[in-house]
Amino acid sequence: MTTPLEHDYIGLSETPTAEVSLENMSETNKNYVLNLKETELRLGLPGSVSPERKPGNVVPFFGNVLEDVKVGSFKNFGSGAKRGFSDAIHGSGKWAFSTKSDAEVDLAKASVEEASVYGNTLKPVEENKRSPQNENAAAPASKAQVVGWPPIKSFRKNTLATSVSKNADAVEGNSTSGCIYVKVSMDGAPYLRKVDLKTCGNYSELSSALENMFSCFTIGQCTSKGLPEREGLSASRLMDLVHGSEYVLTYEDKDGDWMLVGDVPWNMFTDSCKRLRIMKGSEAIGLAPRAMEKCQSRN
Amino acid sequence: MDPVRKRGKNLSKSLDSTQPASFPDEVLEQVFSVLKSRKDRSSVSLVCKVWYNAERWSRRKVFIGNCYSVSPEILVRRFPNIRSVTLKGKPRFSDFSLVPHDWGADIHSWLDVFAEFYPFLEELRLKRMVVTDRSLEFLAKSFSGFKALSLLSCDGFSTDGLKAIATHCKNLTELDIQENDIDDLGGEWLSCFPETFVSLEVLNFASLHSDVTFDALERLVDRCKALRVLKVNMHIYLEQIKKLLLKAPGLTELGTGSFLQLLPRQSAELETAFSRCKNLHTISGLWELSSFYLPVLYPACANLTYLNLSYATLQSDELAKLLSNCSNLRRLWVLDTVKDEGLEAVGSSCPLLEELRVFPADPFDHIMVQGVTESGFVAVSNGCRKLHYVLYFCRQMSNVAVATVVKNCPDFTHFRLCIMNPGQPDYMTNEPLDEAFGAVVKTCNKLQRLAISGLLTDRAFEYIGKYAKNLEILSVAFAGSSDLGMEAVIEGCPKLRKLEIRDSPFGNAALLYNLNKYESMRSLWMSACNVTMNGCRVLAKLMPRLNVEVMKDEGSGNGADKLYVYRSVAGPRRDAPPFVLTL
Repeated sequence: MTTPLEHDYIGLSETPTAEVSLENMSETNKNYVLNLKETELRLGLPGSVSPERKPGNVVPFFGNVLEDVKVGSFKNFGSGAKRGFSDAIHGSGKWAFSTKSDAEVDLAKASVEEASVYGNTLKPVEENKRSPQNENAAAPASKAQVVGWPPIKSFRKNTLATSVSKNADAVEGNSTSGCIYVKVSMDGAPYLRKVDLKTCGNYSELSSALENMFSCFTIGQCTSKGLPEREGLSASRLMDLVHGSEYVLTYEDKDGDWMLVGDVPWNMFTDSCKRLRIMKGSEAIGLAPRAMEKCQSRN
Repeated sequence: MDPVRKRGKNLSKSLDSTQPASFPDEVLEQVFSVLKSRKDRSSVSLVCKVWYNAERWSRRKVFIGNCYSVSPEILVRRFPNIRSVTLKGKPRFSDFSLVPHDWGADIHSWLDVFAEFYPFLEELRLKRMVVTDRSLEFLAKSFSGFKALSLLSCDGFSTDGLKAIATHCKNLTELDIQENDIDDLGGEWLSCFPETFVSLEVLNFASLHSDVTFDALERLVDRCKALRVLKVNMHIYLEQIKKLLLKAPGLTELGTGSFLQLLPRQSAELETAFSRCKNLHTISGLWELSSFYLPVLYPACANLTYLNLSYATLQSDELAKLLSNCSNLRRLWVLDTVKDEGLEAVGSSCPLLEELRVFPADPFDHIMVQGVTESGFVAVSNGCRKLHYVLYFCRQMSNVAVATVVKNCPDFTHFRLCIMNPGQPDYMTNEPLDEAFGAVVKTCNKLQRLAISGLLTDRAFEYIGKYAKNLEILSVAFAGSSDLGMEAVIEGCPKLRKLEIRDSPFGNAALLYNLNKYESMRSLWMSACNVTMNGCRVLAKLMPRLNVEVMKDEGSGNGADKLYVYRSVAGPRRDAPPFVLTL
């Protein structure tokens, strides 16, 4: 008698090309895979019998269904818990959630519900779900994410998520000296400058650094645009120029997009900034509608 | 017991006049005022009515491990003179998203009662409670002598609430905000401490996300001459730490901000600043570490007893270099980026180590899969024979390794091993890890807290029940084969206080095996196990002094998906939300 294993068919996977390899599966699991036919969602009139499905032909309904689930590894968990993720893990191999935190919890919850729907069609409680022998576990490419497991506080999870990814980048990249130099161009200036983002702790320091670098150019701009010429342009005046009608500070991020400086947390910005550009306000149309509104309101 | 002596008129409070009075009650209270330990006070209060009264009048601090086990009214009736309250709210698994929001544990109803009966309240320490801004403001305004606020893993408030505290608490000595789930609306709260405010001794805002005005912080540190604990958040960087250290060289605990952004000449100055801090024994923080700057710490390392690097992505060689200066270390928290080699360095550099926690840098295997293994664990145990507290997240373990660890370190009081893949067997033999935990409980007689993981059958639980006679807290996940497992623990562990189980095959038979046990425990949590609503109803019916609460998932039929059982003298909760079914 086959022991149908609970399976969560909300199988979101990062690796859509993975295939079910029936050879690696035990008998029970093979039967299970085929038995799922009963409950698969399909297109077709009620009562019609679809042609025998082979893995690989299944049209996914909720995202990726069976063929995208790596079932190469069946770990013997031995817990035989009736519901929840342990059962989903038992039979299904691994499926991955790429989403985080709240979304993760919701999806996880959804699949717990699904798993328990299956649980109700089976005999609960006394059923021993554990197969006696250990099956060889091939290392899966994607892992199941169980709600609240491993038991790490969300504060730590969220904090580490950012710092670990940064560290991974840093290890590949540059920062043995701990410097991040990016080019800064200013429209109308004859040459570029470079600024070390590491020495600026936040956006206002970056602004000050840029002011110091480009003040000599903006004096010239002032006069040519008809604004009153001043000796020793004060910092606030320059800030007005930069933040006000004339200029918009933008940066090119890792994806090659030009973004408005100031939207994301400082650390995220330093991580993704490749170069800076002090753009004329008039050219910033479409880049940042907000900036344009600011320009207009200052005028 | 002391011989009874008549001392003339017994002044008030004793209800039993036939009892020969040994001392006037005031003297007894004076004597009892030196009792600090909760257990001692509890014992003392049980001796006789006179002592019970003397104890209750003399008690200044109260600890309530489960806020629903007693009501504020009952509390104030028994203890009229409390100055310090510690309250814990939600079940521990709420840290891991297993308890829905709005579950409860709101502090406000307590504050209302305290405002009336404890106007002289000085300290409030909360863990896993819901605290709103309104409550914080109420707190700040209701208790003029309020001194110490500690919020750990709480939620429901924002930095606006902190503004109220900073503005109104004129005598504040401690503000400790840790790992809470709050709305960080900005750093202006720090600037709300008035210029006349000088009493702060402890300031911990390490887990807040937004920038504070550094100027305000610097002035605050400057005028609070008694400041001994300062833990800043990641927006403060090294150059600013230097300025703060120069103002407060007497610090005993420092949480650095981001370990970045230091010009070369500044690092020499910072190193000098560290060398001036003769009392510094704890360092934490080191967010966003650039290990390039670690040497500035070296002057302070020789005195360090507690080093928390659990947010610093250090590599093994970086850790080794740092630890070679830290021979006095007692407690170390690290990330598993240091790998087994880093742990070998721990073993060789820190012979006095008593506590080790190794956290996973990437628990969900997005980027790094390495981490630490059993060999790092063994390496630490080889070098650190005094180790008695371990929290270890890893991806592989073997029975033999754990047996070696406890043979090296038989004094474990807290053994928390988390093998991150649920139900993973001994990687060498493919067998269950029963023998590993068997070795732990057989060897470590003083074991108070145990968290188990990996592939485990009922045998592991039999061992626990048979040998872990001092065990108080047990955490179980994805383990066991049948009801016998849980029954073995319920039967065999006389000191068990908290049992929390998830995703394990224990059902009604185990739940109902020994009903009286739960009255000697603080609480039982079972989620995703095999207990049903009927089983819970039976428990509730037979044990009226327990609160039996169930949260069900949608469409789960007869199953009791999340069960929380706890003893209470306050009766069923009156503030339970609709999704918490009280049976």
